[in-house]
Amino acid sequence: MAMVGMEGSLAMAEAARLANVDVVAAYPITPQTHIVERLAEMVANGELNASYIPVESEHSAMSACLGSSAAGARTFTATAGQGLELMHEVLYVASGLRLPIVMGVANRALSCPLSVWGDHSDVMAVRDTGWIQVFAENGQQAFDLTLCAFRIAEDPKVLFPVMVHIDGFHLSHVVEPLYLMEQEQVNSFLPPFSYPFPLDPDTPVTMGAFTVPILYSEARKSMETALRSTRVIINHIFADFARVSGRQYSAVEQYRSDDADTLLLTMGSYSQIAMDAVDQLRDRGEKVGLIRLRLWRPFPFDELRQAVENCQTLVVLDRCVSPAGPPGPVCSEVKAALYSQKKRPNVAGFIGGLGGRDLTPAEFVQMVERGRVIAAEGGEEIEMIGVRG
Amino acid sequence: MSARKKDSEITWQDIDIGAVIRTPGNAAEYKTGDWRSDKPTWNKDRCIKCGICYLYCPEGCIRRDEKGFFEADFYYCKGCGICARECWTQAITMGPEEQ
Repeated sequence: MAMVGMEGSLAMAEAARLANVDVVAAYPITPQTHIVERLAEMVANGELNASYIPVESEHSAMSACLGSSAAGARTFTATAGQGLELMHEVLYVASGLRLPIVMGVANRALSCPLSVWGDHSDVMAVRDTGWIQVFAENGQQAFDLTLCAFRIAEDPKVLFPVMVHIDGFHLSHVVEPLYLMEQEQVNSFLPPFSYPFPLDPDTPVTMGAFTVPILYSEARKSMETALRSTRVIINHIFADFARVSGRQYSAVEQYRSDDADTLLLTMGSYSQIAMDAVDQLRDRGEKVGLIRLRLWRPFPFDELRQAVENCQTLVVLDRCVSPAGPPGPVCSEVKAALYSQKKRPNVAGFIGGLGGRDLTPAEFVQMVERGRVIAAEGGEEIEMIGVRG
Repeated sequence: MSARKKDSEITWQDIDIGAVIRTPGNAAEYKTGDWRSDKPTWNKDRCIKCGICYLYCPEGCIRRDEKGFFEADFYYCKGCGICARECWTQAITMGPEEQ
């Protein structure tokens, strides 16, 4: 397939079209708008045979998605920032009901002050909603991981909703060269959707029922165990995607990390900048590498532990503030994952790239140098990179 | 979810995907009568068989007997007292649940 130049948002819409979604229910919000705008156009001009439900809010968008997914329809939506927060309570219903909805999230900072630009504040606020969450770092991945998301979500052993995170503007609005796929290729990867208990008058079921204290814990344990167990299946699906596309993804991806004494850890588009920084440091003879966390939920504990076991210092970037809490949600989760390990690196956390602020390779280099000092001292101070004053 | 096991015997492995209930209508098995602290009593001498208690009962647990009088199904009656409050002739009185 020929390479095309395409915006990340439109690549995601193309993936939804090739997945032949049945229902799109969405509300436009910057920087996600191009995704659902393009899908609306596809439905209007006959490129995509789907029901497009223009709702009056994100709360309604996700509620409509619950209904269509429960009826057995392949369902897609997209949102960002405040829109994701407005959906918040309904997100738990989607995972609790095990409805395989796929949602693109063009990550955006949260008010106040108002910002339409990218960071991970919106993602971190929905961390525990029980959705599978993957992070793309370029336009190709926005396309690829959206296709993988449908396959993962709908696998009979998974049946969980999936969020595909693309950084607002840095991915959603940047035109990049990427490869699309032929319909036959997609069809060989993504079988038709079959939900085990669809809403059907001939075999009625009760969904989302009231649960008394004597049963709620069992229901949550059942759901949590199921989500945890999707780790292995996600690996298999990534491998199968490599079979059809030639592009291999993993829960934890590494860059020049083999003999590294210091590792950076990033999620999303800044991984690409961090790779430049790693190259610069390697050119100077320093043993520095990069860990890119592709899968945020279910958290890839084993892969992460394995990836960092031989380094001395791990420097984690968070694009979100946990006010008056531990220094960044990703960093605190990484630390928690390593606490039980006999052999573990010192960990330093930085916060940066907030509200669309660019991070340069030089700033990643600075994080590595400063991180080594903080990590060795065991500091808990929150350090914001690139902040004035 | 298994309808045959008692709630207290259901394990997390018994829960169906999405905690769906494949026996719709089984909420009828759920006893709400033990929430009751006050219990309605009908005085048939005052009752005019108007059925206002039947209409107002939020639980839908008041039924009419063969003589046209009304009574509550105490498996469900939560003792809310709405029937007694609404009764036009004060035929219904709320009294403490017997221990």
